Amino acid sequence: MDNVIVRALRYVGHIVIDGIWRLGYASRFFFLVLVRSGPSFRRFGLTVREIYFAGVLSLIIILVSGLFVGMVLGLQGYDTLQRYGSAEAVGTLVALSLVRELGPVVSALLFASRAGSAMTAEIGLMKATEQITALDMMAVDPISRIVGPRFWAGVFSMPLLAALFSAMGVFGGYLIAVVLLGVDSGAFWSQMQASVDLRNDVMNGVIKSIVFGVAVTAIALFEGYDAPPTAEGVSGATTRTVVTSSLAILALDFVLTAFMFRGI
Amino acid sequence: MDRKVLDLWVGIFVAVGLGALLVLALQVSNASTTFNTAESYTVVAEFDNIGGLKVRAPVRSAGVLVGRVESIGFDNQKFVARVVMKLDKRYQFPKDSSASILTSGLLGEQYIGLEGGADDELLTDGDRLTLTQSAVVLERLIGQFLYGRAAEGGSN
Repeated sequence: MDNVIVRALRYVGHIVIDGIWRLGYASRFFFLVLVRSGPSFRRFGLTVREIYFAGVLSLIIILVSGLFVGMVLGLQGYDTLQRYGSAEAVGTLVALSLVRELGPVVSALLFASRAGSAMTAEIGLMKATEQITALDMMAVDPISRIVGPRFWAGVFSMPLLAALFSAMGVFGGYLIAVVLLGVDSGAFWSQMQASVDLRNDVMNGVIKSIVFGVAVTAIALFEGYDAPPTAEGVSGATTRTVVTSSLAILALDFVLTAFMFRGI
Repeated sequence: MDRKVLDLWVGIFVAVGLGALLVLALQVSNASTTFNTAESYTVVAEFDNIGGLKVRAPVRSAGVLVGRVESIGFDNQKFVARVVMKLDKRYQFPKDSSASILTSGLLGEQYIGLEGGADDELLTDGDRLTLTQSAVVLERLIGQFLYGRAAEGGSN
């Protein structure tokens, strides 16, 4: 009986201490990436290559899901708003919810599962096949050569992807509300423009997506770099990337929203 | 370093992404409807009660957007609200114009309605509107109505 309690306590303690240990290691890793990010700008070709893999190849999924999210918002918003005789406000609903929340959050979630998992698997496999050790042996710093360009590519791509998602969603909402359901096109745009503010809504959405970009890529790269060099370890790290970064996005979103939109 | 197909795709991605940001800024948000500071003049009005008026609320005359509320303050001597409005230079109003706080629709946002007067002189930058009408507070209206009914009931 005693033994079970002691063992349970020991287990919990082990998890807590291990978590704090990893957190410290991750912070040191993040700091190192920032400090040694000079080569990602000096040899910009490396970063451009990673923007291609992280950003350009995520375009299709971002554009298609943005369109569908906007169309669903248009349908649902119209259904509820027309009961109150204000179907024109559907433009406001679609634009505000996309620009403030759904654009940055959903595109970051998609980015984490599309590009973040790929980054983790790639770096984890590099580690498993001892390519990172080989780079170290040749006096090439793996953090500035491999991790840095991927980090900056992710941070750079994320706001652009989020903006594309929002723009595509607004277009989807327009298609459903104006083209399909017959809301007046002028009222749709003017009500939207009257209530969406450039600084308070659009800029805050961009800031959100930059923060999410930093969080997702930092988590993905750390999980890859920290993965046990086995097939099992890499698969576990990839799963952890998606789970941890999704949770981080949602938690950060709450914190950022509380900061940004409290005064409005 | 030579140019590669990859650079082309990244270029397209960046251009399209910045384009989307521009669309959000110009088509979706209010950047295109804000006035240039050079083409506007400010007018002050004092109200007993501004109700739910907010900064950046529209100022309309005959239903047309002619300006926006610049700032809202409280006058500590007269205990009234001081509303500074920024009006578009294209629209000029007589000095004795009146401002009232109105509501668009039953539950819509509140805005300032300007009604032109008959004065020969026009409003200039920094002028004060003397004829103002406060916002209608729904609770007060209902209260008055109920008291009126109660008084009627008592006399009968």
